[in-house]
Amino acid sequence: MRLLPHPDPIRDPVRFVDRRLGAAGLLRSTLRYVFPDHWSFMLGELALYSFVMLVATGIFLSLNYVPSDETVTYAGSYAPLAGRQVGAQYDSVLRLVFDVPAGNLIRQTHHWAANVFVVAIALHLARICLTGAFRKPRELNHVVGVTMLALALVEGFLGYSLVDDLLSGMGLAIAYSVAASVPLVGDDAAFLLWGGEYPGSSAFWPRMEIVHVLLIPAAIAVLLSVHLLQVVRQHHTQFPGGPRSERAVVGTPMWAGYALRSIGLFLIVAGLLLLLGGLVQINPVWLWGPYETALSTNGAQPDWYLGWLIGALRLMPGWELTIGDDTLVPNPFWGGALYPLVVFAILYLWPWLDKLLWSGGGRRHELLDRPRDNPRRTAAFAALATWVFTILLAGSVDRLAFRTTISYEGQIWALRIGAIVAPVVVYLVTRRICEELRRRGDHPLRGWSGTVVERTPEGGHAPVRDEQPR
Amino acid sequence: MRALQVALAWIGLRLLRRLPRRRPRPPREPVEAQRRRRAQPPEALSFEAEPHRGSELLVAALLLAAALAAAAFVVFYVVWPDTQLLGLCLGGAVLLAGVACALAGKRVVPQETAAEPYEELHDERAVDDVGAIVREAGEGVSRRRLLAGAAGLAGTTIGVAAAVPLASLGPGVDDRVAGTPWRRGRRVVDGDGRPLRPEQIEPGSAVLAYPEGADRDTLEAPVTLLRLDPDTLDMPAARRAAAPGGVIAYSRICTHAACAVSMYRHPLSPATAPDDALVCPCHFSTFDPRRGGKVVFGPAGRPLPQLPLQVNGDGELVAAGGFIGAVGPTYGGSREQGS
Repeated sequence: MRLLPHPDPIRDPVRFVDRRLGAAGLLRSTLRYVFPDHWSFMLGELALYSFVMLVATGIFLSLNYVPSDETVTYAGSYAPLAGRQVGAQYDSVLRLVFDVPAGNLIRQTHHWAANVFVVAIALHLARICLTGAFRKPRELNHVVGVTMLALALVEGFLGYSLVDDLLSGMGLAIAYSVAASVPLVGDDAAFLLWGGEYPGSSAFWPRMEIVHVLLIPAAIAVLLSVHLLQVVRQHHTQFPGGPRSERAVVGTPMWAGYALRSIGLFLIVAGLLLLLGGLVQINPVWLWGPYETALSTNGAQPDWYLGWLIGALRLMPGWELTIGDDTLVPNPFWGGALYPLVVFAILYLWPWLDKLLWSGGGRRHELLDRPRDNPRRTAAFAALATWVFTILLAGSVDRLAFRTTISYEGQIWALRIGAIVAPVVVYLVTRRICEELRRRGDHPLRGWSGTVVERTPEGGHAPVRDEQPR
Repeated sequence: MRALQVALAWIGLRLLRRLPRRRPRPPREPVEAQRRRRAQPPEALSFEAEPHRGSELLVAALLLAAALAAAAFVVFYVVWPDTQLLGLCLGGAVLLAGVACALAGKRVVPQETAAEPYEELHDERAVDDVGAIVREAGEGVSRRRLLAGAAGLAGTTIGVAAAVPLASLGPGVDDRVAGTPWRRGRRVVDGDGRPLRPEQIEPGSAVLAYPEGADRDTLEAPVTLLRLDPDTLDMPAARRAAAPGGVIAYSRICTHAACAVSMYRHPLSPATAPDDALVCPCHFSTFDPRRGGKVVFGPAGRPLPQLPLQVNGDGELVAAGGFIGAVGPTYGGSREQGS
């Protein structure tokens, strides 16, 4: 008779895998992987978990979507559009909303998750840029992160454009015009993407769908893996103070405290998104109605993360670069293409701008700055953010014009000036505030109290070394 | 029959004996001792394992509530799939489970702080080795330049060849359906396809109209009809003649970014309000219909193209020709007609 050792529900499966893959050592170090603690380190996780929710809800949506602009007669249960001629894609979304159980819950959760995804990436990026987390050895991961932000913006735009409701149709007309406005290659590029002159051929819809549900999500998933693998290799940065140093990262090991907290965060994010999706209406496409080339509506707004682009298009005076009757650079290029290119170029180059202008030196940094620790870098980021948000505000002046007595034209002129003046003012004020905070030395870091002292042979006390963060 | 019973009993007994017997468990090694034996980085700076009875009960209660809410979701999905109820149940279930997990991580499991050294990322010897290994491949090769050049040329050419099929995604701009559906004598119809007559265009209204029998979804098709006082039209005589009785037509599509110019500003009190204007709701390009669609505000760089009109023998509005100016957004680097 065979004597079996006592079964162990944990060691036995691990042993099974280890004998075949030698993975127990990796698993051990993974379970003991140390995460430093700070609330702002949660923002990246927030983006990650929103992405998981986007994929999960997006799969359900893609199984219900019809990527075709063929005209059909609406025969679903939404009475106001009964008998109306609509595109098959819009028809499939209406069916999802009104006739598929839980369909609208999942659609709205998807839309909310997209908004939270971009908010989380933007705040995460702000945290990275303000605290110097992008410095050596993490410049490459900064570049990967900024690329994911750019992809997320395009992905969000394509997502709500797939519906072919009145608002999304207006958005696509603008996108076509911006693409067409790029000097030299723009007209051909727009014709290739749309399969002809706007509104394009029928092939445009399956193209847009495949980019939205496959190409960009796959690209984001790959970049996300690269992003996380780089973090694992280099470990997290941490704020100075206490036992935290450039040599060792201090925090909570993955198992069990951190894993439970992080799973908890994922479930809380997922739960809140589902609650928003169920209880707070977003993008009611049945109210906007179907799009036709000749239709548009007042008060049209894109999702918030594209507000800076519509704002830039609105703020630009009607300048075009022309030679005789030849238009070299049509107007939408300035606000719709050049402006985001400049903003993204600054974001991409941030680590090298920092090296050149604000920090200097090329040594390795594991300890973070507080925003005040580098006043000029912090002021520069505040100025960039102000530039973008002043212009984002211009995207909503048609709404503000109704609520205030200031005319649309007056607001546009104020914001044209504001977009130039406000960043300068914010730069100077932020820099001054940072310098003042630094001078006063208030608000010490969490876990940091006082100066380390040493008893002198004479019986007095003297500080050991200046451990105050720069 | 009896033999079968005996045989079954015998097989049963054999099977029973094969089962592992319950043996007393060897005493478990205490967790504390296991931790000490591990001696793997990261080293623990602090380790607290205090029981929190209250938190344990709370976590259990939250998880039970989550299970209940999830079950409610299934029930509502079957009997009453209302978006709000479904969201409340599923969102509530997941949220409760999340709070339970986070609480367990903070209050139930041991709290540990550990320090792990940052890894040395750079190894100069490995860099040297990589350089040497890569260069080994060139050992004894005499025509290095030629081979590299040929490989570069082949790679570039194959890359270009592989990208060329992208051109089949759409027609070239030169093949653009240059023509507009508007021809001299083509009737102007409303959304239901009924021919429009000048007297139907009331002052202060902006009427969306199409060429009779044409595809309405192209940029060149839709126009906006207005009625203005002919004496106030500030434009060349030929253009004024193309607005019979003050009924004037402009392309519906904005010359800035292809949105439909669907807003008509028509002040009722000329003393306090600005003049009539066609306004695009996307970026608020503002065009003056009295001055040939001239841009008076906003980002558009070209005027709104006017469609010349005339009245046919039946008193219906018809086109007197194609648009004056290029319709729709401007293409980078392409030739466009100005005003």
